[in-house]
Amino acid sequence: MTSALSIQGLRKAFGRLEVLRGIDLEVAEHEVIALIGASGSGKSTLLRCINLIEPVDEGRIVVEGTEITAKGVNVDRVRRSIGIVFQSFNLFPQMRVLDNVTLAPRKVLGRRRAEAEAAAMALLERFGLEDKAHDYPDRLSGGQQQRVAIVRALAMQPDLLLLDEVTSALDPELVAEVLNVIRELAAGGMTMLIATHEMGFARDIANRVCFLDQGVILEQGPPDVIFRAPAQSRTRQFLERIIEAGRL
Amino acid sequence: MSGLQGRGDGRPARRPRGGDASAFRSTLIALASTVVFFGALAWIVVSSPGWPAIQRSFLNGKVFAASLPSIVGSFAVNVQLFLIAEVLILGLGMVIAVLRSLPGPVFFPVRLVTTIYVDVFRALPGVLVIYILGFGIPGLGIAGVPIEPFFYAVVALTLIYSAYVSEVYRAGIESIHPSQDAAARSLGLSRFQSLRYVILPQAVRRVVPPLLNDFIGLQKDTVLVSYIGVVEIFRQSYIKQAGSFNYTPYLATALVFLVMTIPLARLTDWLIAREVRRRQGGAALALAGTQGRGVASAPTRGAR
Repeated sequence: MTSALSIQGLRKAFGRLEVLRGIDLEVAEHEVIALIGASGSGKSTLLRCINLIEPVDEGRIVVEGTEITAKGVNVDRVRRSIGIVFQSFNLFPQMRVLDNVTLAPRKVLGRRRAEAEAAAMALLERFGLEDKAHDYPDRLSGGQQQRVAIVRALAMQPDLLLLDEVTSALDPELVAEVLNVIRELAAGGMTMLIATHEMGFARDIANRVCFLDQGVILEQGPPDVIFRAPAQSRTRQFLERIIEAGRL
Repeated sequence: MSGLQGRGDGRPARRPRGGDASAFRSTLIALASTVVFFGALAWIVVSSPGWPAIQRSFLNGKVFAASLPSIVGSFAVNVQLFLIAEVLILGLGMVIAVLRSLPGPVFFPVRLVTTIYVDVFRALPGVLVIYILGFGIPGLGIAGVPIEPFFYAVVALTLIYSAYVSEVYRAGIESIHPSQDAAARSLGLSRFQSLRYVILPQAVRRVVPPLLNDFIGLQKDTVLVSYIGVVEIFRQSYIKQAGSFNYTPYLATALVFLVMTIPLARLTDWLIAREVRRRQGGAALALAGTQGRGVASAPTRGAR
């Protein structure tokens, strides 16, 4: 069985700071993986490396049987099939919501405008955003902006969706609407890697939880095991701090 | 209690009236000080020993009336010049800015050449560039090379101002947060597509005011091409001055530039103020978006 994503010995340093120090990870089709760990443990960098936004120093990343870290790979082609959603939304402020969503399908996949807009409207409707289609992003709430960012990534029909702390920049009352979107995607079978501080959410949605510590996956397993009976003392310490902060 | 009520009643009514009065007083003071200042200045000038002579040679109504039509007429050459140059500058400046922003070692020669270009043309006095191009290139006598001074005027102004304008564009490009490029590239857009559809539209919008500022400079600098024999407004006023032994034609020229340039300067200031307001509004919005980060997981707590 080919896995949706296979990472072997991934290393990444910024100058002398080693952020990823040998990551190995296999992700099956339709699997939802939660990446947890302290800030600076390498969650975001791992996601950015999988999308090749950050060039990889060492190691292999294989997506749907194709090694994307091989020499001569067309990175633009790789990125079409891997969606990423950022903490800070990063919508294009000069474009209306609909244009944000259709830009890549039109310019990258060569879809006709009418076709791309019909597909985008269907997606926006699915997530309750159809009445925002002709607004500019700065007219939207944070939760709406983040949902649009998710729709924008989905419009490219990615095989794999990477979510980088997508609720961390939101007001508390806006978090649920974004998490509900992700729940729906998980129910629909989307393969996802989710870096998150929402432990309750991670426990609910993930098939597997990976605890990152100092650039390595220290421990991974089903949420019940990781959250109830972690094997590593560092995982325990991390979760204790989370509980102490009232976030689990 | 009754005292408190009284204050509560009186305040809202009294305050605006007090505001009106103090605004009126401020206006009066401003008016008075302006009249005193300019009155004193005018008195110093008019009572100076050379004033009668200056009045005769710079403020001759007859010469003014006689020279104005031909001066305004030849201003059409300046207008033509800067309209053509502005279009070329907007294009060339953009190309230079984009080339200079190309990353990576492969593009080092491109960055080197464009950097040298920008440095050289910002370092040279404009009139020297106009001289060298306007007299030098036709002087080579190469067959097929144009000899019209107007052509070299356009080329020289385009080369000079593209250097400045490319720096304005570049500042605009660099002011766009890298996360915008990351978002575009993550969707599969190429480097060029990201620049074309995401980065440049935002960058250009931000630099419209400084671009207009450069164009005010360009409009004034069109008079420099009179040195290579283009008969434009400054040359025309020189001709009129030489014909009448009177400097009033220069005053007419000055007036033409004031009428042309001040509205553009006001527009530029207005656009800058609007941009500042918009960015402050945007910053406030972004700040609001990040509030409450620490308790962001509250709604899922119940899901345990």
